[in-house]
This record gives sequence, C-alpha cells and structure tokens, in this order.
Amino acid sequence: MATAMASARTVTVLARAGFRRFATYRQATVAGAFTNTVFGFVRCYVLLSLADAGGRVAGYDRAQLATFVFAGQGMIAVVNYWGAAELADRVRTGDVVADLLRPLDLMVGHLATDLGRAGFAMLTRFVVPIVAGLLAFDLYVPAHLVTYVLFAVSLLLAVLVCSVCRYLVNLSAFWLLDIRGVRQLWVVASGAGSGLSFPLPLLPGWLVTGLWLCTPFPALMQAPLDVLVERGGTGHAGVLVAGQLAWLLIVVALARLVQRRALRRLVIQGG
Amino acid sequence: MADGPGTRAAYRKLVAAQVRSQTQYRASFLMDLIGSTVLTLIDVVAVFVLFSVNGSLGGFGGREVLLMVGIASFAFPLADLAVGNVEWLPFYVRTGLFDAVLVRPLSSLGQLLAMDFAPRRIGRFVQGLVIYLIALVVAPVDWHAGTAVLAVLAPLAAAVFFGSLFVAGATVAFWWIESGEIAFAFTYGGKDFSTYPATVFGGFFRRLFAYGLGFAFVAYLPALALLGRPDPLGVPTWLHWCSPLVALIAAGLAALFWRTGIRHYRSTGS
Repeated sequence: MATAMASARTVTVLARAGFRRFATYRQATVAGAFTNTVFGFVRCYVLLSLADAGGRVAGYDRAQLATFVFAGQGMIAVVNYWGAAELADRVRTGDVVADLLRPLDLMVGHLATDLGRAGFAMLTRFVVPIVAGLLAFDLYVPAHLVTYVLFAVSLLLAVLVCSVCRYLVNLSAFWLLDIRGVRQLWVVASGAGSGLSFPLPLLPGWLVTGLWLCTPFPALMQAPLDVLVERGGTGHAGVLVAGQLAWLLIVVALARLVQRRALRRLVIQGG
Repeated sequence: MADGPGTRAAYRKLVAAQVRSQTQYRASFLMDLIGSTVLTLIDVVAVFVLFSVNGSLGGFGGREVLLMVGIASFAFPLADLAVGNVEWLPFYVRTGLFDAVLVRPLSSLGQLLAMDFAPRRIGRFVQGLVIYLIALVVAPVDWHAGTAVLAVLAPLAAAVFFGSLFVAGATVAFWWIESGEIAFAFTYGGKDFSTYPATVFGGFFRRLFAYGLGFAFVAYLPALALLGRPDPLGVPTWLHWCSPLVALIAAGLAALFWRTGIRHYRSTGS
C-alpha cells in the first residue's frame, strides 16, 4: 500500500515535471501552433472543395469537416506523433543504465512524463488552431453533453496509445542503436493510417475496416475526431472508445514483452 | 569567395564524410531511405484519394492535377536535397557550433549544406522526377518550343523558390532560435498548398498564399501555361510564364536576408 502510494506520487511528480519542461519552450509552442493553423487552412479548403451539392463529403457535412480538420491539427501536438527519440538516444549512449537503476519502471516513467507534456499541449497547441478555425469557418459544435465527456476519454486514450507506440519504436534501439529508419516508417504509417492526412472514410470500406481491426492507427486520431463531430451518434462513439481501449491493452502488453526482451539483451551485451 | 580546387575538395570531403557516417548503420539507413521515399508517395496518394471523391479538384481533371502534383513533388525534394539541411541552423546557433563554421575559410551557408547532406533524400528526388515525367506524358500538354523550355525550367524555378524559403526560414533562427516550425508552415505548408489548383482555396488565405507569397507560381500557373489553359481566377496569361522570374526574386531576397542574419549573429558564448 505504501509503495503504491509512493509510486503514484512519483508518477504525479514526473507528469508535472513533463508539463513544466514543455511549458518552458514558449517560442516553439507559438511556432508550432502557427504551423498547425496554416496546415488547417490548406486541408480545410481542399476538403471543403470536395463537398457535393448537398455540402457533404464521405458522410461529413461542411461544419463537421472543418471541425475534423482544425481539431485534428490541434491534436497533432497533443497526441505527439513525431516526439523526440530520447530513450533511443539514451540507449545508444548507454545512459539508459542510469534510468534502469531507479526504483521506477522505465515505461511508467516515459508515460508519466509524456502525459504531463500532453497536458501542456492541450492548453496551448490544441486551442490555437481551433480558435483560428472558429474565426474563419463554421465549426461543428457537439449537440450532446455526453460527447464532451466521451471526447475527453477518447483523447486521453489516443495520447496513451500513441505514447506506448512511440515507446515501442524507441525500444527498437536496443537492437538497432540507430532508430531513424524505424521512426520514419512509424511516421509514414501513423500519418496515413490514422486520419491525419485525410479522413479515413474517404478510403474504400474494406481498407478502413482493415485499418481499424489490424492497426492501432485509427485510435490515434480518427476515433477521437469522429466522437467529437458525433459521426454515427453516441452509441457509435461508445464503440470507438471501446476499440481504443482494446488497442491500448494490446500495445501495452506488446511493450511489456518487448521491454523484457530488450533488458535481457542489454544485460547480455554487458550494459 | 574564390571557388578554387581546394575549396571544391573540401566540400567533396565534407559530403563524403556525411554519406559514409549516415550509411554506417545499414539496416537503419535502408529503412530510412524507404521510409522517406514512401512518405512522399503517401502525399501523392493522398491527393488521389481526395481526387477520387468526385473525379475532379477545383474544376481540374486528373491529368491536369497530376501535372501540378508532378511539378511540386519533383521540385520540393530537389530543394530539400540541396538546401534542406539549413534547417539545422538553430542547432548550430544554440550549441555554439556556428562559431566554428564562421572561422573556417569556406562559405558558411555552403558548409551548413555540406555538413548535414542527407543521402536518404535521393530516394524522394528520384521518385518526384518519375512522377513529373509521367505527368508530362499523360497530361494534355500543348507542346511547342515555349512549353518545352518551360517544362524544364518550371520545376527548377520551383526548386529555387522552395530553396529560398528553406534559407529564409532558417535565417529567422538568428533572431528567434526556436522558430523552426514557423518555417515549416511555409516550406512544407507551401508545398502542400502548391500541390492543389489555386481554385480550391478561397478568401484572404488564397490571396495571401497564392499571390502575396507567390505559391501560385510554383506549380499552378506554370501548369496552366503548359496546358494552354486560361486561369479561371483571371491571372493574365503572360504571368503564367513568369515563375523563373519569381524564383530569381525569391532567391535574391533570401540571399539578402541571410547576409543580414549573419551580420546580426552574436555567438551564444557557449
């Protein structure tokens, strides 16, 4: 019991440190939010130009599309697809040995810091593109109160799934040392398969089903955004969140397995 | 700066050292090469996913859009390969390495480009070239001497334009060290913008990006000139041929800005 409380306190402290650390990069925050907003304008105009006479594209109306684009641009930094490869660098330099001596699991430490970072991004990077979108376009305002709650849960799950996936990418450093290649593949797959490049319903149905069932990518962005614009109603939103939860369990189990293998390998190498 | 044989040998050695070091971890380099090549292919696929919704984009058919995609996706990697490394400038300024760059008897910009030369970007360049060649064959180009010259000059001019943006964007770091992502809005964002017909966009955003910043001259207007089509937005026909001129102006402005930046540079002292 005492240890559980102690580790809960450690996690909180780490999360707060993550928040404060990213809060110090003020210029970078402004620059990033600006870039997301510019991309929001480009993507939004392109998608809106596809609208048919009834103003719909792939089941979204104009306001839903604009919200999808601007909330999506705001989410990029929160979910943090392209996070730095800190752990991989520490593996390469050998500093990871110091991390392993600490009385805290490597993965828990990574997740706690990353949650703090996501919290800061939520207050800054998420807000700016949405405000810009509100000024320039008609955005969709969710009609049901429960949508806001579900969106919050869905967004948290997206952050966690993404964080664990990036942790897995970093773990490959135990074998490869230089993970630029794996990272690049992750960037490509996660960008195209998650709804970041375009809403997934624009793709053929069988491909979308395949992405949902076989990859964690739609859980990173398509799911929270569909919850937000109330595509398919509250029942559908519940299914999406359940799907995200399932993917979180899968990637966590995988990460535990890979981490155990990786640490054994580190010991064999002689540290 | 005199461009003697010694200078050229120095640059050659800097680039060769980079290529050697980056290909050390072979599995990782290969994945990186494949990954960055697929990454640009995804951009092209994304355009066609959007195009497939109604079979047109902004009033243009697939073969015409392909020509715009072709110019942009050939020019951008060319610029990225040649001067994209200038993105690392904030790192050099922050760590103080830029002092070392300045005391060496080579051009500072030239060194930055050679020191971070990224061979993996060659994959994207080859792929962009292939897309552009296919577009030239497939699109209903109105071939005559003028369009033949423009077909060669347009992507080169667009590459110079993007290259100027890379340099200008990085130069901001002399004043504003964490500005990296602002530059992305105009380099990668500008590439995204110029991949689509300007008719797709609207309002002040189109006026700003297409004409104010000149992105219409990257692919949209040259493509109209090659196709022999008038501009639905009313830009006079003679301006469709002016992209090389616009690129030269952009390069001149970027060079001027870079020089101002260098003069402004004060070492971090670390």
